[in-house]
Amino acid sequence: MRQRKYIPVYIALGMAGLLMALPVLMMVCNSVMGGQELKEAYGAVLGDGAGRLSARLLPVYPTLQPYVELLLDSPDFFVMFWNSVKQVFAILLGQMAVGTLAAWAFARYEFRGRKILFLTYMILMVMPFQVTMVSSYLVLSRLSLLDSHLSLILPGIFSTFPVFIMEKFFRGIPGEVFEAAKVDGAGELTSFLRIGIPLGSPGIISAMLLSFLEYWNAMEAPMTFLKTKAKMPLSLYLPEITADQMSASFTASVIMMLPAVLGFLWGREYLQKGIEASGLKE
Amino acid sequence: MKRKTQKTAYLFLFPSLMGTAVFVLIPFVDVIRRSFLKAVGNTFVGLANYKDVLANQAFQEAVRNTARFLGVCLPLLLAVSFGTALMLYRLPAAKAFFQTVFLLPMAVPVASLVVFWKIIFHGNGFLNEILAIFWIQGKEWMSTDAAFGILVFSYIWKNLGYDIVLWIAALSGIGEEQYEAARVSGAGPWECFRYITLPQMKPGLVMIGVLSFVNAFRVFREAYLIAGDYPHESIYMLQHLFNNWFTKLDIQKMSAGAVMMAAAVSLFLCLLERWNEKQPADEDNRT
Repeated sequence: MRQRKYIPVYIALGMAGLLMALPVLMMVCNSVMGGQELKEAYGAVLGDGAGRLSARLLPVYPTLQPYVELLLDSPDFFVMFWNSVKQVFAILLGQMAVGTLAAWAFARYEFRGRKILFLTYMILMVMPFQVTMVSSYLVLSRLSLLDSHLSLILPGIFSTFPVFIMEKFFRGIPGEVFEAAKVDGAGELTSFLRIGIPLGSPGIISAMLLSFLEYWNAMEAPMTFLKTKAKMPLSLYLPEITADQMSASFTASVIMMLPAVLGFLWGREYLQKGIEASGLKE
Repeated sequence: MKRKTQKTAYLFLFPSLMGTAVFVLIPFVDVIRRSFLKAVGNTFVGLANYKDVLANQAFQEAVRNTARFLGVCLPLLLAVSFGTALMLYRLPAAKAFFQTVFLLPMAVPVASLVVFWKIIFHGNGFLNEILAIFWIQGKEWMSTDAAFGILVFSYIWKNLGYDIVLWIAALSGIGEEQYEAARVSGAGPWECFRYITLPQMKPGLVMIGVLSFVNAFRVFREAYLIAGDYPHESIYMLQHLFNNWFTKLDIQKMSAGAVMMAAAVSLFLCLLERWNEKQPADEDNRT
């Protein structure tokens, strides 16, 4: 009885939700369309411009052929895919090492300069890429790191965003736990490794997930700091797939989307917690 | 004892601090210095670079467009996400499902999306086909004023879920007993909303506003991938301008521009912070 008044709400949300999910659904469905069928459907937009568009959600003749073609016959795709993987995971590992330590320092200790340093980290977090673009370029060129994987990885590792997220989680660990550890004679490093890391792991996971989504999607930095095509990540290569590889472009989009969406579905709750943490005031 | 904690704290902080100093802080100080120098010969030119940038027509255009974009999309996103969060918040079932659906766009890489956007907004695209049914003449959407609207739409599409999660967190912070007490003394749903919910959303509003502002600068990815280096003039924004300066390696202009942009962003944050501090509702939310 009480449920009934929610029906309009469900309808509204359902329609909005469909709009949100439509691009994903359509892309996945189209990625199993054969080349001929795609040409008929989208030739007008992505091809030479002749004919009319007849977009359809479900393929008439579903096939996995585009996947086979892309994975076996396009060496470029492979190179770029691995570039993305290398760059993103190097950044994540680095952030995990450097960021957790810093977050721990901010969360657990009252030290001189804490306030101003934390404020600096927060300001750096909100600065758009374009503000630090010149300075990063200059320093990377001085260190002769331009046009290398490291030119993306090193600045990425020292991003302050994960520090900010993890700090919130570390701060949430109740103090009594540490008192108990101290009584047992645990040193500062031990209590970080034995208590901080395990109890703060939801924070670490959610920060890493947010970072993963961010760097998997990276565009500004690789565009600016890389020149050689063979080093580009997938996010820059994808848009270059042209009309003659129409089926490849859908398939490649789906393959690129897959790790992000799977990670997202796996860690949805962590992600949610992470986002909530980003909204907490200090 | 006290000194020892200080040392431990800095030991933990050291790697991160070093990296940040080397890759961000020191180079940025160098950029500030460069913004007052001439390109060749390193002679001091005072504010000449700044004047150059401010007089630059592309710069004025980009600032106007960026401001217009922020002015339209921030309030719109905040309002839409708040409305959706209100609907979701008290849902008896399937709340988690809807939250997941709304968050999904966050996981979709821009590069994957571009093909889809093209299919919709191309001259022979989906939107025009639909319009044709109603005998409306379509157009090449991305090369008209509509490009601006498309960008606003993609921004909202992408960030709606993120903001909904933040709003729901803020809404859940209000104790149920406050509503019950109000209901007992005869307040209707509207009074509850107006006098209990809204006032307590203010601190949330500031933080969500800041985060949405940060994310707004990422919309460059969509703009760039759909429309390239020189998009329709309505979406030529600061990010495009910096990119084009960069291609010409115009370090002087970029330095002065970066310093001004950093100053503008910091000023915006300070103003927001000041406004937030003045709000009495903030008192009980501070930890």
